[in-house]
Amino acid sequence: MALLEIEGLEVYYGSINALKGISFNVEQGEIIALIGANGAGKTTTLHTITGLIRAKQGTIRLAGKDITKSPAHKTVAMGMAHVPEGRRVFAQLSVYENLMLGAYTRKDKAEIAETLEHVYERFPRLKERRRQSAGTLSGGEQQMLAMGRALMSKPSIILMDEPSMGLSPLYVSEIFDIITEINKTGTTVLLVEQNAKKALSIANRAYVLETGKIVLSGNASELMNNEQVKKAYLGE
Amino acid sequence: MLSFISYLTSGLSLGSIYALIALGYTMVYGIAKMLNFAHGDIIMVGGYAAFIAMSTSWCPVWLALIISVTVCTVLGVVIEKVAYRPLRSAPPLAVLITAIGVSYLLQNIALLTQTATPKTFKSVAAGAPPFMIVYEGEPPLFFTRLSDSPYKNLTPALTVSMETFLSITVSIVIMVGLTLFINKTKAGKAMLACAEDRGAAQLMGINVNGTISLTFAIGSALAAVAAVLMCSAYPQLTPYTGSMPGIRAFVAAVFGGIGSIPGAMIGGILLGIIELLSKAYISSQISDAILFLVLIVVLIIRPTGIMGKKINEKV
Repeated sequence: MALLEIEGLEVYYGSINALKGISFNVEQGEIIALIGANGAGKTTTLHTITGLIRAKQGTIRLAGKDITKSPAHKTVAMGMAHVPEGRRVFAQLSVYENLMLGAYTRKDKAEIAETLEHVYERFPRLKERRRQSAGTLSGGEQQMLAMGRALMSKPSIILMDEPSMGLSPLYVSEIFDIITEINKTGTTVLLVEQNAKKALSIANRAYVLETGKIVLSGNASELMNNEQVKKAYLGE
Repeated sequence: MLSFISYLTSGLSLGSIYALIALGYTMVYGIAKMLNFAHGDIIMVGGYAAFIAMSTSWCPVWLALIISVTVCTVLGVVIEKVAYRPLRSAPPLAVLITAIGVSYLLQNIALLTQTATPKTFKSVAAGAPPFMIVYEGEPPLFFTRLSDSPYKNLTPALTVSMETFLSITVSIVIMVGLTLFINKTKAGKAMLACAEDRGAAQLMGINVNGTISLTFAIGSALAAVAAVLMCSAYPQLTPYTGSMPGIRAFVAAVFGGIGSIPGAMIGGILLGIIELLSKAYISSQISDAILFLVLIVVLIIRPTGIMGKKINEKV
């Protein structure tokens, strides 16, 4: 049984058909990349999985449990965290307060404190700036905060939406290293990226989305050598 | 000088009542992103609830206050659920018009059931001695009845009534409590998160609808407390009792920077003081005109209000 199973997912915005029946699986421990151009439906897919958008058709199962109709605030407690596009940290709140909001659904204070220590270890810069308001952080630091905040819920799977968007090349490499590290500690990752080259370099498998449909799928290394992918997404 | 202090304390007391009402406007605006124009009428309902409870022979003042707070809290939550929640993704204008509709609905229900005849509200501090009496050239007396005062042949230069004292103290306690609640508790943090980014708050596992309900509950409970304090100081109760204080408190919230909690407190208190002083020294007929003039001037100088943030909205 795959950790996350998507079957025949259809999503509409009014009369616009944004997802036209997509199906894919994410196995425990994998990094899966969803790549595709602007407007292909990558973010819509993530939003539907988390429950920010309702699907018209299809099912979403997390660890065998049907979560198709679960609203976003319930899927967090089921072990799914979502790092949204554009970071969306709470700019007025401190770094510490942002992280603690990530643990909103958890009760045990001692365990939360332990996770906080792990997050601070992984992101020492967040520890240094824990009292600063999140709005004063740089883009890369905000991305780290958004990731740290997601880790605070101790998820079994993290969905990441364009983590490298708008970051300097130095930060981009760092962020991808961090994603690999997070994955090594046992967290499954579903990654949406426009930076297809980077995404394919760390992913196990990938799916290529085009106007609401999956047009290609396979091992990341295979896709990297696929002529079609090379032309359309790797700029070669 | 003493008369100035007397106007100032009355202004402070009225202002702290406005602040309690303004908090309801500003919290709902900050979190639900809507102007709840029915908020003033919740005050009126709170007034009637307390009035009806107190006119029975068995109901003590504290119980009447609890009844009023409960009625308003439930009413606020129900209004949100029935009238505003279905419009969560509707254009703001639709929500605004609905709120005005709810306001008229409440007024008309009160007209039908309570008639337009003004009721005389019995003060919660009825029979209590004044908080403070000052005679010219003498030290102030506290909690002393005029008849027991050692200077009872003289005319007091300044009297601070128990109602005034209660309004100020109760409001301060509530404001401190609310500030602690918002900044120190998990539910309060959830409110701040919803105010800033509802979608991101949901991704943290925060139930946004629940948080909005909580906001309405708190705002309406504060309105009930304001109702009892206000009707004790100004004892006439009609179905329209809530509308002017509601509008003034809305002005106070805008004045302080709508969405900002400290802003609503400062705005409310300033507004009460301005109103009382202009009634005392300029003219009681045009005190509302002066109020709105001050609002216009403040908004020209600082469009976001005194404590308003430039881009981001805070609870």
